[in-house]
Amino acid sequence: MKRLMNWIDARFPLTSTWKSQVTEYYAPKNFNFWYFFGSLALLVLVIQIVSGIFLTMNYKPDSALAFNSVEYIMRDVKWGWLIRYIHSTGASMFFVVVYLHMFRGIIYGSYKKPRELIWIFGMLIFLVLMAEAFMGYLLPWGQMSYWGAQVIISLFGAIPVVGGAISTWIRGDFVVSDATLNRFFAFHVIALPLILLGLVVAHLVALHEVGSNNPDGIEIKEHLDPETGIPLDGIPFHPYYTIKDLVGVVAFLFIFSAIVFFAPTFGGHFLEANNFLPANPMKTPPTIEPVWYFTPYYAILRAVPNKLVGVILMGLSVVIYFFVPWLDRSPVKSVRYRGVIYKTALTLFVISFLALGFLGTCPPTPTYVMITRFFGTLYFGFFLLMPWYTRIDKTKPVPERVTNR
Amino acid sequence: MPSPIKIFRVANKKWPMYGLAVTGIEKMNTDGVDKGKRRFLLAASSVAGGIAVAGTATPFVLSMLPSQRALAAGAPVEVDISKIEPGSYVTVAWRGKPVWVTYRTQAMLEQLPKNDPLLRDPNSNESTQPDYCKNEYRSIKPQYLVHVNICTHLGCAPLLKKQVGDPSLGASWPGGFFCPCHGSRYDMSVRVFKDVPAPLNMVIPPYVYKTDSRIIIGQDNIHS
Repeated sequence: MKRLMNWIDARFPLTSTWKSQVTEYYAPKNFNFWYFFGSLALLVLVIQIVSGIFLTMNYKPDSALAFNSVEYIMRDVKWGWLIRYIHSTGASMFFVVVYLHMFRGIIYGSYKKPRELIWIFGMLIFLVLMAEAFMGYLLPWGQMSYWGAQVIISLFGAIPVVGGAISTWIRGDFVVSDATLNRFFAFHVIALPLILLGLVVAHLVALHEVGSNNPDGIEIKEHLDPETGIPLDGIPFHPYYTIKDLVGVVAFLFIFSAIVFFAPTFGGHFLEANNFLPANPMKTPPTIEPVWYFTPYYAILRAVPNKLVGVILMGLSVVIYFFVPWLDRSPVKSVRYRGVIYKTALTLFVISFLALGFLGTCPPTPTYVMITRFFGTLYFGFFLLMPWYTRIDKTKPVPERVTNR
Repeated sequence: MPSPIKIFRVANKKWPMYGLAVTGIEKMNTDGVDKGKRRFLLAASSVAGGIAVAGTATPFVLSMLPSQRALAAGAPVEVDISKIEPGSYVTVAWRGKPVWVTYRTQAMLEQLPKNDPLLRDPNSNESTQPDYCKNEYRSIKPQYLVHVNICTHLGCAPLLKKQVGDPSLGASWPGGFFCPCHGSRYDMSVRVFKDVPAPLNMVIPPYVYKTDSRIIIGQDNIHS
């Protein structure tokens, strides 16, 4: 065995990479609950790729066959229902995990210098994930698939002058049709997963270059053991965090399986009732709402009584996360050492994000639209006022070494 | 100054070969790197490579436009309107889009001028319709409204809410079309109300009366 390893190491940096990236990659020893979600996101990515490969074996990307081929998977393909429910639950759980992962980054200031690029790669992953989820949702060719795609592609029509042509180019037709379905299949199955994998690698390479942040927002590389040069507050990723993450994996799979087996539609939130009807280009469903992970942005879109401004604000509500590293002017990273102003702003932001998510599922009556505008203002306020309130906020002194040692 | 590029012949009597040589290379070896020339060659090959990439990308980008088959699928459709009850409608597919023919009652028609102050574009100056429908009723015959039932906001199919003061839309609702997706409202001539997300009145397609009871959607006159 040792001779085999020597033979490989002379030709490929296997042992040295394993050491530098895993067994001798030192992560802060004070990681808590919030640090499960990075590795869980990777797990869900693997689940989606594997279940997706098996779905493509029976799925037909043809507007005349797509709906029935999904029902065929559900009824006639052996264990097809399980694979399909794993894939559909995985889509929603991907967003659960990624939203919690992003929230972790926000509360502990993991986007701040020197980790801006990790944050940007992460946000790009989030954008590609949204595109991936949106295109995947068209594939079952149900009513909500069809009209969701119709609405989202029409967003590009709001662009002055060239908007209509861009929408037609994306659809490959004047309405959502077979051409649209076929190309979305190509993007969903080949193009976007490849981009996603590339971005995940970039995200991890950038992370391993600067090292992980931690709940105290302290740079562990500033206190090295004078003899070994190892961070005093660092522990090797393997075996310590591989074992810890395994606990997270077990807990996550427990919840995941419970959803797959007992509530795969999750009350119409993971799989919408209208999507069990085949797409009908002549008739919009009586209520139309996107899947839960898009509803906060969708609520903002329809609260604006102007098409172009609505589309711009909706785009901004997602893109604005990219600028957080430069909007935050606080001298400390972690929420633990921030003052009452930031904690209040963060609380209002979480409430408004959840409220917008709920409002996006409600019918657009004038009352709901007014409430949406209120929470939309709070949502944008968190970001746009950040340069001011983080500067005047009274911070606490940050300890030299991590707490919970 | 002589040209830096020379054509030379390789000394081989049986298979004469020709080649191109850039002169000055021997100079480079003695005087170090000619950075100006290197920069020029780098820029020139980058530009040429960029053009080649853009050229190669063009067919791929254009392949995503509507195909010949999609372009051809725009034939006119004929509709029998004699069976439509007053106050109801029929839906037909034209170019894959839902086209509605709605039989408006006298009460509906009388309400239309009263809506004008509430509308974004009461005279349909911004919207798309054939010239012969750019009138008060946005139709050839006042009773029969023919329109493409696609919301000008984000492309949903609005619902007919003909009941005046419909409880879900408020007591002031004058009857018209309501888009369930984002709450856009239109009157019985599919003209858009103010303060809703949709920017324009809905589209009126070209159509023509073949007889009193039959219309052809998708052409302007009976002969074309």
